Amino acid sequence: MQKPSINHSFQYPGSIGEMPSGPCADAGVLVEANAGWRVFRPVLDAAKCVKCLKCWLICPDGAIDRSGKDYAIDYAFCKGCGICAYECPTKSIRMEKEGDDVE
Amino acid sequence: MTTLSKDLAASRQFISANDAVSYGVRLCRPEVIAAYPITPQTTVVEKLSEFVANQEMDCQYVNVESEHSAMAACLGAALMGCRTFTASSSQGLLYMCEMLHYVSGSRLPIVMMNANRTVAAPWNIYGDHRDSIAMRDAGWLQLYVESAQEALDTVIQAYKVAENHQVMTPVMVCLDGFVLTHTYEVVKVPSQAEVDRFLPPYAPTENRLDLAAPKSCCISVSPEWQTEYRYKQHAAMQAAKKIIGDVDAAFGAQFGRRYGGLLEEYRCEDAEYVLLMMGTIAGTARLVVDKLREGGVKAGLVKIRSFRPFPREEIVRLAQGVKGIGIVDRDISFGYEGALGTEVKGAVQGAAPAINFIAGLSGRDVTKDNIEAMYRKVIDLARGQAEEEIQFVGLRWEQW
Amino acid sequence: MVNVRDLPERELLYGHKACPGCAAGTVARLILKVTGERTFLAYPASCLSTVTSIYPQMAFAVPSFTAPFAATGAVLSGMAAAVKAKKMQDVTVLGIAGDGGTADIGLQAVSGAVERGDRILYVCYDNEAYMNTGIQRSSLTPYGAATTTSPAGKAGGAIGEKKFKKNLFEIMVAHRIPYCATASVANIADLLGKVAKAKDTDGPSFLHIHAPCPTGWGFAAERTMEIARLAVESGLWFLAEYQDGRVTLNYRPKEFIPVREYLKTQKRFRHLGPAEWNVIEEQRDREWAVISGRWEPAGREKA
Ligand SMILES: Cc1ncc(C[n+]2csc(CCOP(=O)(O)OP(=O)(O)O)c2C)c(N)n1
Ligand code: SF4
Ligand code: SF4
Ligand code: SF4
Ligand SMILES: [Mg+2]
Repeated sequence: MQKPSINHSFQYPGSIGEMPSGPCADAGVLVEANAGWRVFRPVLDAAKCVKCLKCWLICPDGAIDRSGKDYAIDYAFCKGCGICAYECPTKSIRMEKEGDDVE
Repeated sequence: MTTLSKDLAASRQFISANDAVSYGVRLCRPEVIAAYPITPQTTVVEKLSEFVANQEMDCQYVNVESEHSAMAACLGAALMGCRTFTASSSQGLLYMCEMLHYVSGSRLPIVMMNANRTVAAPWNIYGDHRDSIAMRDAGWLQLYVESAQEALDTVIQAYKVAENHQVMTPVMVCLDGFVLTHTYEVVKVPSQAEVDRFLPPYAPTENRLDLAAPKSCCISVSPEWQTEYRYKQHAAMQAAKKIIGDVDAAFGAQFGRRYGGLLEEYRCEDAEYVLLMMGTIAGTARLVVDKLREGGVKAGLVKIRSFRPFPREEIVRLAQGVKGIGIVDRDISFGYEGALGTEVKGAVQGAAPAINFIAGLSGRDVTKDNIEAMYRKVIDLARGQAEEEIQFVGLRWEQW
Repeated sequence: MVNVRDLPERELLYGHKACPGCAAGTVARLILKVTGERTFLAYPASCLSTVTSIYPQMAFAVPSFTAPFAATGAVLSGMAAAVKAKKMQDVTVLGIAGDGGTADIGLQAVSGAVERGDRILYVCYDNEAYMNTGIQRSSLTPYGAATTTSPAGKAGGAIGEKKFKKNLFEIMVAHRIPYCATASVANIADLLGKVAKAKDTDGPSFLHIHAPCPTGWGFAAERTMEIARLAVESGLWFLAEYQDGRVTLNYRPKEFIPVREYLKTQKRFRHLGPAEWNVIEEQRDREWAVISGRWEPAGREKA
């Protein structure tokens, strides 16, 4: 998967001296997932997907990954809005109720 | 650094303090200037745009549509790593208020000039300190100057202080409107080469927009981190106390002129009665001190240059052995007293009895007689006579 | 035109905290896909700032900063000046602001920036209210929409927002800006093409993008793109661009769908009935009469 991922080695500054000189932070640093927001999870059926890119383009969270052989969903950052499933022209994505096993 | 064909050579010029500021700014080579006109600041930005138009400055001059935008444009440019300048006054400074806080909190070393002018209503274009004092807590260093020469020199010092990595805090150089901004005197304008030697190009910290090391700046921080950022702002201001002095000393060593750093004392060594003030009133007051001294009165004066950071320790030390203090404020915090009065009294903590004089509001002349009367009142107070704690100097229908 | 297959895979906005289904998220990430890594971004106080840059989760990967609410246009001018001062090449100075930050408090600054001719790309994502502060009305809130400061009320007299949406596009056209367009997440190809044109404009460019907000408008998150489409198909949003001194209408539905089909999808309009639908439809027809009279339809040969 070619998606920005959580920086597990992120560390808060340990002293005033380690704080940056102004209120800034490294860009593109993610310390936590958005997975917990999900009530439904999109499940993509690669066999039906025609790789039209639509879901990839419109996902507000950019959570659709097109780098592999099949399109995949980054469940760390998908919020389960369902837009991809609603818009998919081939109905390749279905929304399933999240179980308790999610991160 | 590119050498423009029109790089200044050292000269002596008969110019206004506003022009002196413009020359000072030009010598500091800001890369972006954004400003909006307001009396009595206008001639500064006119002169600077003329320098740019004449290609005497290699600088982007942005004609903005408001003071809020002037400071916002400086913010954007400073975040991109540019040295920037703006100037304003009165209504314009207040209109910038949000941006002033934003810039200091963002820790950007922008330098601005404020032509001190009162604040409407009632409308009046003349000088007092109510505009910049209203911005006291905006997190800017505030340096008040007395002469055109000091104005020019302080602009150069201001960049050096602001851009010091221990400080990284914006600086406002304050000039009394008209009495200083529009008064001509002979000013020594240093050469570009000399100023380049004193002030290297701006070296930003990591707190900036950089394609090679992308940052998110001016971010939101939760209560868990806000206090630490505020602490850092305060610590930077405290550090600036020493750096203002060091920079003034270094400037003195190179250019032969210095201004005392945070404050300038005049005949204070053995003084018993001391008046404290900011800006041009000090010029008149010096003459009064001399006269009083001739008459055997041990008078002294303190010109506070740096209102923020406030030279608390220096004032505490000065108050030792003094019999009476007068604090001259060109402002008033309605319902309490003058801002300088509050600061000074808070610092000396009753070490000497004090009167807070509210003087020179909206350009009202503060005469030698006024100042002498202030000293007399301080002396009377020290001798046990009843005196009002806050007095409006020269108030119509009152005996002065 | 942008070939979507050529768009970079890299996400320059990721891990943000916008509500599920937030069109502003789609807008911002697609714009960055076109402008690319060499983008300097400013965004004011808004939903976008709140969901992207609360320490330490930094969702933008490009150099960026939060600007004061009113200041986006002006900070962009300063950044553009810095680009010149530093003699940078091949960079985009981008601003992304809400409808409030653009059409209300930020209007003066954006007008100034556009008038100055600075090379900046200013994007207004229009969710038709001040969402970040809790759905208060803005001058781009449409007629009849209930917001927290234009409530529908309980007595039956109030209709929500009482005024029609301000035409921001025409305000920008009045500046004779080099490039300006409206767009919608309903038509991604059109949107991307306009971003590319704006990016390549040697001077100021402005995009006004309709961005449905599930939370503030009251609809299910999955319907965001659908709602955007209904707005276009009912004629309540138009796709147009201004370039080389003329306005082109990019799309004209063969027949408008009734406005109620759009209005009934959202809680903010649910208190409206046939009388208000009528008012909205009449206003739409007046607007389109103006549009049809003044603007060129897409495809017409240019002189
Ligand atoms: C000077 C100032 N006034 C008010 C606010 C409060 N405020 C922050 S965001 C916002 C509304 C933003 O609305 P909009 O620009 O439409 O963006 P949205 O949140 O809808 O995405 C307001 C009123 C502020 N930050 N600064
Ligand atoms: S929208 Fe559907 S068909 Fe198109 S790429 Fe996504 S999953 Fe595949
Ligand atoms: S459910 Fe929403 S967030 Fe998740 S992949 Fe689909 S469009 Fe993206
Ligand atoms: S309130 Fe609306 S615009 Fe704001 S984040 Fe949520 S969906 Fe997006
Ligand atoms: Mg909005």
